[in-house]
Amino acid sequence: MEHRFSSVQQVRDGLRNVNYLADDGIAGVAFLADRLAKPILVEGPAGTGKTQLAKSVADMLGARLIRLQCYEGLDESKALYEWNYKKQLLRIQADRNSDSWNEVHDDIFSKEFLLTRPLLEAISAPDPVVLLIDEVDRVEVETEALLLEILSEYQVSIPELGTITATQIPMVFLTSNNTRELSEALKRRCLYLHVDYPSLEREKEIVLAKVPDITEHLADQVARIVRSIRLLDLKKSPSVSETLDWARTMMLLNIDSIDAQTAKETLHVLLKYQSDIAKASKELSVDLV
Amino acid sequence: MLDLLSGFVQELRNAGLPVSLTENLDAMEAVRHIPLEDRDAFKYALGATMVKNSAHWRSFETVFEVYFSLRGPEYKIVEGTEDELEQMWREMQEQMQQGEGKGSSGGMDSLTPEEIAQMLMKALMNGDQAMMRALAKQSVQRFAGMEPGRPVGGTYYLYRTLRNLDLDNMLQKLMEASKQETGSDLTALEERLEKDEYESRIDSFKKEIEAEIRRRLVADRGAEAMAKTLRKPLPEDVEFMHASRDEMQLLKKSLYPLTRKLAARLARKRRHGRKGPLDFRNTVRHSLSYGGIPAEPKFKQPRPSKPELMVVADISGSVAAFARFTLMLVYAMQNQFSKVRSFVFIDGIDEVTEYFKGTEDIGEAIHRVNTEADVVWVDGHSDYGHAFEVFWDRYGKSIGPKTTVLFLGDARNNYHASQAWVVQEVRKKARQVYWLNPEPKSYWNTGDSIVGEYAGHTDGAYECRNLRQLEAFVEKLA
Repeated sequence: MEHRFSSVQQVRDGLRNVNYLADDGIAGVAFLADRLAKPILVEGPAGTGKTQLAKSVADMLGARLIRLQCYEGLDESKALYEWNYKKQLLRIQADRNSDSWNEVHDDIFSKEFLLTRPLLEAISAPDPVVLLIDEVDRVEVETEALLLEILSEYQVSIPELGTITATQIPMVFLTSNNTRELSEALKRRCLYLHVDYPSLEREKEIVLAKVPDITEHLADQVARIVRSIRLLDLKKSPSVSETLDWARTMMLLNIDSIDAQTAKETLHVLLKYQSDIAKASKELSVDLV
Repeated sequence: MLDLLSGFVQELRNAGLPVSLTENLDAMEAVRHIPLEDRDAFKYALGATMVKNSAHWRSFETVFEVYFSLRGPEYKIVEGTEDELEQMWREMQEQMQQGEGKGSSGGMDSLTPEEIAQMLMKALMNGDQAMMRALAKQSVQRFAGMEPGRPVGGTYYLYRTLRNLDLDNMLQKLMEASKQETGSDLTALEERLEKDEYESRIDSFKKEIEAEIRRRLVADRGAEAMAKTLRKPLPEDVEFMHASRDEMQLLKKSLYPLTRKLAARLARKRRHGRKGPLDFRNTVRHSLSYGGIPAEPKFKQPRPSKPELMVVADISGSVAAFARFTLMLVYAMQNQFSKVRSFVFIDGIDEVTEYFKGTEDIGEAIHRVNTEADVVWVDGHSDYGHAFEVFWDRYGKSIGPKTTVLFLGDARNNYHASQAWVVQEVRKKARQVYWLNPEPKSYWNTGDSIVGEYAGHTDGAYECRNLRQLEAFVEKLA
């Protein structure tokens, strides 16, 4: 099998080119996933770039991103495939007067009448694709089983049609917000990647890369204040996307150096709970009290 | 290599991580694709294939450090590379001389502890990683006083090293020094940021020292022996009663995701449980679209009543941590109950429901419970009997058939009267009564523990030593 990446460093550089700053762990696991032909299960707090990782990898490979958003009540007709009943019905009615039933019988269960849903589409696509199964923890435990065949064998069995095997093995990302423990069977089939809040340096680089025209000084300040806030015992720590929003806010307000007063006034961009905001502004602006 | 890896996997399993056979095979496969000299890549390859839960990462890291700490060029033990270090030391001294304009001659032994402290301060101020690592090595060598074969734990050496370095004052000094350096007065915000920065650097320096001590111990005693002594329980297995401060922090962190998980699971259970009785009106309404034939029967949504909860918790020293935890857990998911009331006692009893009302911050409320609640009656030693009596007198009337009462405590009663009749009476009025005891079951009813006397009157007494057990119980309760 041909490999997509030749080294970890290449993954890293490639991701950097599409403005995603990966750390060693992320790049390493992406590299391994390609080599071992295994899906990656990405877990971590909300807003740390889990979904973005899949998008960026697709971007970097020039591949099409196929996304399956999971939700409670997702079933195989929405995830895998479905028969196009209306078309089948039309086909039968069109042939009503001829007596070639046998022909029709075989015909209505052919690929022509099959509606592919994201999972089937991902493995039957001729062009390179990246499959993103988003928030997999939202489906019920029983529905998880739907994913198992495709994740380990890269194939889908359709009773009327037989087994459809992947023409090429796509990169697969599963993301989870950890609202429940995923089943062992699913975890076993995946490589596991935990994406946490970035380190100070990496966050600063992310801000520099993602917010155009921001000064180094401001980016540094933003990253440092956010780190200090994360050290507090909060209900919900600010995520990377919120950091970026905050940096953009600063840019819009034409602020090039953050003081306690501005920080306090714009804190609601970073924090979404009143008690958190109160706590953070108390901690950060000691001199205003 | 194979031997080493299988030893490593064995140790992971011993530490409680569930590593399956396929995951083991995956790991073997993965390391084939990774350059072995790249230690970080190697670590992530093993981690990605074998550790499937972020809470287990710390345990994995410890085991990894023990097994693979002696590999990789920059992690060599000092004794082997005396020359290299000495050279580094000289370079650092030259730097010192340039910086301070002060001549300290000779090898590294001539450095006084004060000078080392000074160098450390400089390294911390500049955030110089290489220098910090070298200093960590040096200070362990000088201050820890490690001797081969000495049966002492790593924490002892750590303590000795840190005591000599006086890191607590270091922060203060650093702050002052940086103030002098910038010349200008820092605003409070900047000062705060500066402080966080230095704290994190000092923290990483401490980790360096720990790692260095561990490396030396591994070299002395071998990986298997070290892994055994360093083995730490997973967060969900940490015992409430013996948790260290660090472990408590970890527990607190894992509490929030836990409550989210529990709440999601319970909500799902409620919704997907049995179906309710036939909803006649709705069925007839829907039959209209089938020409009056009730083709699609509709059912009422079942509405299981949410239990009302009364928590009566012993918060005397020995079991305080456990009570705090249970209260936090219960309040973090209070929307799963129709009403929660909480009481704390030592020898007197006080209601603390108010503290949790109108505040989003459970930690704050718990703090108020600890400081403001009026729980001491005579001497501040646990007296379950008296506390229960008062509880019955004051609040007994509000126990109804929907109420579930939860007693938390080890029932170590200091040989006072048990007044078990209260529990018996409570059970007559309440829907359910449970007793949670943070002590191992084998300690129950030994010494002054009289949990048996109470347990007989409850619907169940449970051992609740760690998060795992607590979680299982709460799920059963709601």
